[in-house]
Amino acid sequence: MSEVIWGLATSHVPSIGAAMDRGMIDQPVWAPLFEGYRPAREWLARNTPDVAILVYNDHANGVDLDIVPTFAIGTAETYRVADEGFGRRAVPDVVGDPDLSFHLLENLVDEGFDLTVFQELDVDHGFTVPLSVWTPEPGDAWPCPVIPIMVNVIRYPQPTAARCYALGQALGRAIASYQGAGTVGILGTGGMSHQLAGARAGFINPTFDHMFLDAIENDPEKLASLSREELIRQAGSEGIELIMWLVMRGALHKQVRKVHSAYHVPASNTAAGLALFDNRVAQPA
Amino acid sequence: MTSQSRPDLPGTYVFDGPTSRRGHNMNKLFMSLTDAGARTEFLADETAYCARFRLSDEQTTAILQRDWQAMLDLGGSIFYIYKLAMMDGRSMQYLGGVFTGMSEDDFKAAMLAGGRTDV
Repeated sequence: MSEVIWGLATSHVPSIGAAMDRGMIDQPVWAPLFEGYRPAREWLARNTPDVAILVYNDHANGVDLDIVPTFAIGTAETYRVADEGFGRRAVPDVVGDPDLSFHLLENLVDEGFDLTVFQELDVDHGFTVPLSVWTPEPGDAWPCPVIPIMVNVIRYPQPTAARCYALGQALGRAIASYQGAGTVGILGTGGMSHQLAGARAGFINPTFDHMFLDAIENDPEKLASLSREELIRQAGSEGIELIMWLVMRGALHKQVRKVHSAYHVPASNTAAGLALFDNRVAQPA
Repeated sequence: MTSQSRPDLPGTYVFDGPTSRRGHNMNKLFMSLTDAGARTEFLADETAYCARFRLSDEQTTAILQRDWQAMLDLGGSIFYIYKLAMMDGRSMQYLGGVFTGMSEDDFKAAMLAGGRTDV
């Protein structure tokens, strides 16, 4: 069987990737954000899994509005880095793990999660920025194969927080029953509070974000009970991306050990958050 | 931006079914601009390019005038509208300024000061 060894929650703001790609990380605007990442990156570099699963959303790059899957999984050998209109990020394409993808697909469908399947998929900043947060200098390849799980957070109705949490729990069971890989890392991405459009553009809610950072560790059921409306009201129209953190959290044990967390405003228009959990924790009987 | 199917929060666009249907052709136009050849064609004759995507007169006018607020009101998704903004060299923070009645510099300053926590 395979074991989830860690879970990483992180924002995916495109300008975080741009700051890294353009050598701006030491500038005063950016330095505090990257300083906040440092302890997590150092720990992750010592705890490379055999394979990772990255829960993310696309931003009109890999898919468009013709077809909007609520939940989807990639089953490809490789995923190309998308050209979002300004050239591809100079980071490696992503190597997948089709055998594990098909195992997860079969088990999740059997549990009632009828995922859409991507046999081909270009991955955008929603995917590559979290990889860069994890591994700032990947060289020719990311540390391990990575499987995308895509969640619709752009088109209403997004899946509920409760459904995302339940998907994560089913994902955890599916991973545990897999004989192929040994260790697995899982990333939940997006958020934290932000809103890009409308008169409330620029909205940031640090009170809600800090509550979320605490509860994702200690009380994820509370977060899973948040309605779509409440998430949009409290975290902004794009802050609803935080439901993807719940997929990650659902795949972890009830009790986890927080390795590190960080919070910084702003990464352009967004409150950037990070939370890293070690899942190798003795559980209460 | 009224709808019976989803929450109506002040100052907040929720990209729901009716909005998606209203903006579909326009969003497809925005999506096409990820291709360099398409950007060249668009810039050569924007009106003709809008006609090719069967946009309404209001949507065509919004695009020709770069009326970003009108694009939202006519069914544009911010992630798709941003394709046109990127082509024009505009940032998301410039758009944030437009939507909130601020200059780009003032919007950036508001974000650097901790974001708009009182809206």
